[in-house]
Amino acid sequence: MKFAVLVFPGSNCDRDCFHVAHEVMGQEAIYVWHKETKLPKVDCVIVPGGFSYGDYLRCGAIARFSPIMKEVVKFAEDGGQVIGICNGFQILTESHLLPGALLRNRDLHFICKNVYLRKSGQKTPFTQKISSEKILQMPIAHMEGNYYIDPEGLKRLQDQQQIIFQYCNENGEVTEAANPNGAILNIAGISNAKGNVLGMMPHPERAAEDLLGGVDGRLLFESLL
Amino acid sequence: MKAKVYVTLKNGVLDPQGRAVAHALESLGFDSVQDVRVGRFFEIQTEKPVEKKALESMAEKLLANPVIENFRVEME
Repeated sequence: MKFAVLVFPGSNCDRDCFHVAHEVMGQEAIYVWHKETKLPKVDCVIVPGGFSYGDYLRCGAIARFSPIMKEVVKFAEDGGQVIGICNGFQILTESHLLPGALLRNRDLHFICKNVYLRKSGQKTPFTQKISSEKILQMPIAHMEGNYYIDPEGLKRLQDQQQIIFQYCNENGEVTEAANPNGAILNIAGISNAKGNVLGMMPHPERAAEDLLGGVDGRLLFESLL
Repeated sequence: MKAKVYVTLKNGVLDPQGRAVAHALESLGFDSVQDVRVGRFFEIQTEKPVEKKALESMAEKLLANPVIENFRVEME
């Protein structure tokens, strides 16, 4: 499998994503600078986390207009696999590849901690090998992870099985207490209607090696192979 | 010419920042403050006059996120 990891000015999780794809999973991976106007032939595009354009204006608002994003949109529309992690998720919502928006955390704190996630929704290439009973643990590190969508949009997400990850407690219960940032319905990750684009706030690339304290994030990469 | 664009949060979108500002105002003694919503203000200087439509396009495409924000354009 060949992965493309996008790099915007201010991205800082690109290297971790590349490391997981290439060194941990043993797959081909390349970096693609945001100014490129052509996307090389790849199987999966990773839009990594960080602070693209310093989060100026709104997180991901400016990155969304980088030349490479035109190609990523085309790639996604043609059925290509795209995963946006944290700032990547924000870029995907600003690009309208995914619906809704990521607002500032309800409690106005930057939250950096491990969370539990439960998987739901339709089958996607990123989650097909993860059983619905499995409770995943992964770190989050964000200030704007509060997922918001209007009532009609939320109903569409539910009807079309697009809610893929929700914050839960260690027993898998989706509770208010388990919601770190106020996201509607504890939503931590969603897919597009077709299921080929996934956006999530938690960092699977930071939970892909025992050395870093957890391997649940690896399951997303393993699902792709 | 100079144009002004005001971007405000849609009703129903939670504004914890606005809430924090309201509490701060209250603690300063302004206890009649009921609610605060924080928005954004842009001043756009253009070389030649631009149409209102162009400014609205700027706002709709970049300056505001239409999912959660409304905007208003004022031309000088």
